[in-house]
Amino acid sequence: MQITVDVNGKSYAREIEPRLLLVHFLRDDLDLTGTHWGCDTSNCGVCVVWLDEVPVKSCTVLAAMVDGKSVRTVEGLASTEGLDPVQRGFTQCHGLQCGFCTSGMMMTARALLDSNPDPTEPEIRAAISGQLCRCTGYENIVRSIRWAAEYEAAEAATDFGDDLDEEVTA
Amino acid sequence: MTATEPNPATTPMGYGRMLRKEDARFLRGRGRYVDDVKLPGMLYGAVLRSPYAHARILSVDASAAEGHPKVLAVITGETLDAMGLAWMPTMSQDVQAVLATDKVRFQGQEVAFVVAEDRYAARDALELISVDYEPLPPLVDAKRALDPDAPLIRDDVKGRVNNHIFDWETGDKAKTDEVFAGADVVVTQDMLYPRVHPAPLETCGTVADLDPVSGKLTMWTTTQAPHAHRTVYALVAGIPEHKIRIVAPDLGGGFGNKVGIYPGYLCSIVGSILTGKPVKWMEDRSENLMSTSFARDYHMHGEIASTKDGKILGLRVKVLADHGAFNGTAQPTKFPAGFFGVFTGSYDLRAAHCEVTGVYTNKAPGGVAYACSFRITEAVYLVERMVDCLAYELGVDPAELRMRNLLRAEQFPYTCATGWEYDSGDYPRALRMALDMAGYDELRREQAEKRERGELMGIGISFFTEAVGAGPRKHMDIMGLGMADAAELRVHPTGKAVLRLSCMSQGQGHQTTFAQIVGEELGISPDDIEVVQGDTDQTPFGLGTYGSRSTPVSGAATAVAARKVRDRAKIVASAMLEVSPDDLEWEKGRWFVKGDPEQGRTITEIALAAHSSLELPEGIEGHLDASCVYNPPNLTYPFGAYVCVVDVDRDTGRVRVRRFIAVDDCGVRINPMIVEGQVHGGLADGIGMALMEGMAFDGDGNHLGGSFMDYLLPTSMECPSWELGETVTPSPHHPIGAKGVGESATVGSPPAVVNAVLDALKPLGVRHADMPLTPAAVWSAMQGTPLRTDLAIG
Amino acid sequence: MQVPAQFQYEKATSVGHALRLLAKYGAESRVVAGGHSLLPMMKLRLAQPEALIDINDLDELALIRVDDGELCVGAMVRHAALLDSAVAGEHFPIFHDAERVIADPIVRNRGTVGGSLCQADPSEDLSAAFCAVRATAVIEGLGGRRTVPVREFLVGPYETVLAGGEILVEIRVPIEGSVSAYEKVDRRAGDWAVAAAGAAVRFDGETLAEVGIGLTAVGATNFVAVEAEDFLRGGPATAGRITEAASIAARHCNPYADQRGPVAYKRSLVATLTARALTRAVARHHGER
Repeated sequence: MQITVDVNGKSYAREIEPRLLLVHFLRDDLDLTGTHWGCDTSNCGVCVVWLDEVPVKSCTVLAAMVDGKSVRTVEGLASTEGLDPVQRGFTQCHGLQCGFCTSGMMMTARALLDSNPDPTEPEIRAAISGQLCRCTGYENIVRSIRWAAEYEAAEAATDFGDDLDEEVTA
Repeated sequence: MTATEPNPATTPMGYGRMLRKEDARFLRGRGRYVDDVKLPGMLYGAVLRSPYAHARILSVDASAAEGHPKVLAVITGETLDAMGLAWMPTMSQDVQAVLATDKVRFQGQEVAFVVAEDRYAARDALELISVDYEPLPPLVDAKRALDPDAPLIRDDVKGRVNNHIFDWETGDKAKTDEVFAGADVVVTQDMLYPRVHPAPLETCGTVADLDPVSGKLTMWTTTQAPHAHRTVYALVAGIPEHKIRIVAPDLGGGFGNKVGIYPGYLCSIVGSILTGKPVKWMEDRSENLMSTSFARDYHMHGEIASTKDGKILGLRVKVLADHGAFNGTAQPTKFPAGFFGVFTGSYDLRAAHCEVTGVYTNKAPGGVAYACSFRITEAVYLVERMVDCLAYELGVDPAELRMRNLLRAEQFPYTCATGWEYDSGDYPRALRMALDMAGYDELRREQAEKRERGELMGIGISFFTEAVGAGPRKHMDIMGLGMADAAELRVHPTGKAVLRLSCMSQGQGHQTTFAQIVGEELGISPDDIEVVQGDTDQTPFGLGTYGSRSTPVSGAATAVAARKVRDRAKIVASAMLEVSPDDLEWEKGRWFVKGDPEQGRTITEIALAAHSSLELPEGIEGHLDASCVYNPPNLTYPFGAYVCVVDVDRDTGRVRVRRFIAVDDCGVRINPMIVEGQVHGGLADGIGMALMEGMAFDGDGNHLGGSFMDYLLPTSMECPSWELGETVTPSPHHPIGAKGVGESATVGSPPAVVNAVLDALKPLGVRHADMPLTPAAVWSAMQGTPLRTDLAIG
Repeated sequence: MQVPAQFQYEKATSVGHALRLLAKYGAESRVVAGGHSLLPMMKLRLAQPEALIDINDLDELALIRVDDGELCVGAMVRHAALLDSAVAGEHFPIFHDAERVIADPIVRNRGTVGGSLCQADPSEDLSAAFCAVRATAVIEGLGGRRTVPVREFLVGPYETVLAGGEILVEIRVPIEGSVSAYEKVDRRAGDWAVAAAGAAVRFDGETLAEVGIGLTAVGATNFVAVEAEDFLRGGPATAGRITEAASIAARHCNPYADQRGPVAYKRSLVATLTARALTRAVARHHGER
């Protein structure tokens, strides 16, 4: 069957088997190998990507299901202005070692901060609880996400400080 | 969260916190793991595995699979037998079936291999292979392996009449017996260190590409030991070694799982030979958990002797080691029980003795993996549990009992009762630091109050001594290959450098740490040093990364090579400055004239001169290159003191780890940020093993932990925010005083967690229960009906 | 990595379309919602449908609303949406308690309420929760709609009353001023329950006018503890009566031993968790969270 998918802002049309898993579509058909797979049972979360802005486990989504939809992967995390603050946080706080869970962790982190810009440590731990990491003991991943939150708060304060003040007083 | 120093954005000229050089690619999704390798014309392999734990193969019919339009080859045991490849040697002087010919001996054993155009078709074709099995009674319980009526597993070996593999002992039996006979107190405890699995998130796999024209085999493989793999392939497959290139690209974790050679790798080579195309094979998660290197599976019987006032005198241990269906443990030849011999731990004992018996069972082969430092994990668990059992019986605080018996700083170097020479340490200092950080006395007060109210809170302590960085080569080899490692350093004319290593990172950050070692020695910025690893055509021979060997062995090789470069630079500088080398003095990054610091040359200037037309003294070659093969004079002995605090739900048996304090001493820390990260990961392993990871088998030999739904790994929710401390006791024999840290926390943390849980259960009269301490296991222990965690719960 | 066998794929654009597709492909076709139960089974080749009918685009089934005194949860409501729903949480805190411990946040983004119920896993948390609150399943076929109490919808492990050609479209729960709670013990975050209990109670003064107790993973018939409900109904919610009801629930369930625990442990958990869920529900009646 034919599907057309927007991945990281670019449209891809491909002929696929209906049974093709989204993770294989991204990796094998589109050569976007930043998204990994690590289990067969949607337990490990190294395959997390965004489907229409929502993080999902791409090993448990059919490529056929995303026809006409948009997908964002780790390759689409950085912008023309540079690395996403989440990416910066992960290197600043040593939030990755082997790098295998990192893409999925960062996609979840980005989604978390978009909905909750100032998450507490328990909120961060809950948000990543469906994703395994064998290297970091999670400590530095949590710190990385906090770092990104604080970075973005500081940026917002610098860029929009005046606007914010106005909103508060209004 | 515990505050740590912020990581600076600038690169230190040597040791210190430094952001990782390798991060840039991973952050962008540009890492390159084996499954990311895509070659023109590449085919895909899949393995058909046995559903039975023990069965005779009557026939294998692959004709329907061969008829699948996308299938290019089906390889069976028969195919391999004709090529002399049906069996391969293991790392413990045994053989293992590549594809079964006579019998299957564990559930998940490899039976056939399909090569197809894509991975979906390869998987489909497995369904088309029909295997006729005659089921045989399986041997599941290791404790029954030596019963006279036990099923015989290894009838492939002529003359074998039972499932016995080896007996091994260490220590002075007579002296130990004497110590025990005279002791006031002897405490005995049986305990199991269950079968667990390293479970790196990237499973094992390979892309094998045998070029039909050049005859050269290139393999992109998940290996922690690329050079050892190359040599083994040369010996097993008969391919000349210079025609084999192993490339370990980025590895998604290893933890010992990626040391060995698995049947799928060999089948991929054969698949490439038969089709003339590259063949990719990546195992799925169940294949990884069910067939590749597991760890532990030690049934231990411990006895500890002490005076009535708590001076520990001796240890006596008997171990039944379940090695699975083939003896494939990865350990130095002379050490069939690995380094279990250091089971005397961190204490000053008069005598110790242990006997280990290895047996076959109908389970997957392996046994040494999962950051275990060649079974020091089991040894530390044993001694730390025994010390707690002794504290329980004596009614002494476990911290106090340890303090009384720990080796003292002035006893180093210390030769333990079983003959291991500990290089350096200050144990009481580390334990005091951990107790202080924990607020130990306050915790005990809180516990006492809670006990009054019937609440269960536990404080667990473990003190571990590791022995890592194997060799020396005269004592330690794997399959005859001496345990040394190498580094080659080349400084380019512009003062930048390339360092080539025989070890292989699985996430440890070699690109950064090793560049920092060179930076420290030569004053070249780590940013200007390229670190090459994992490609056997580009790197020197060495045995690879496991047993926390990278820094102790390759790190030493790197420092020595850099010092050779420095010495050579001195001669070049002397020619440049027209002074005698004896008149020169080194400061980081430059040689200068003694007493005239203005007169000097930087390493960059010297590098250019070394490649220039400058006339060098007679007999001195140009360039600034050096290499070193480092043969360690001894192991290094990292150590640490851990404190774990848990709360146990009395009604449900649920354990919550509230706090975990870890004081580690790994000698000199090259990059403290990376060291801390390594410790964090190992602590999580300890939570996992102590509380949830387990591979039990039912009576039919079915694997009950064959997926991540059943083999549970800890998540962010079970891990507390780790509280780290450090002491630094340099290794006296290591060129830079470093000791290695990759496995310390995995070794040291499980007994801390288990001791904490059992401390919580103490008011209920529970002295011991086996891992994993799932809610059911804890509850059952409270009822006085402890679970056997290696078997199905009935 | 494991991959599914081949199948035909159809994307339904409406409930009617989905029903026509089901009729067209017949018995060997399956409806796929979030797919987080079905796709893993297909990857392991434990399920090999010949056709999949994808209902993910049926936004009409993804609504949570209050209608005629009932909370209506569409079959395609994602777990995350139920957890996020203020109106669901206000009337039935049991749903939020349960959703917090179902799988993990990423799975909950995709998995659906209807999919979970239709999978009828004997360890499904929502089955116990919906049974506790006496929800009704709304089923649609080409012949029209019918309603079945969820307690009767779930007939056995992996088995529901859905006939071939029918789809679960909605679950309705009467809003009658009940208070509720859910308690689960798992081996690790995201794991299936070792055992779990949900309780929903409605007071009439000091008397328990209605009681619902749902149990999961312990072999309770229809996921409920009817004997314990009957014992409690009509009397006060004293600690002693709750304890007695909990032990009745423990006696009447039928757990089996597996790696999550032996039978005696699971039975003991039923007593503990039933009592805790009831106690928490009662506390909520008294204004606690």
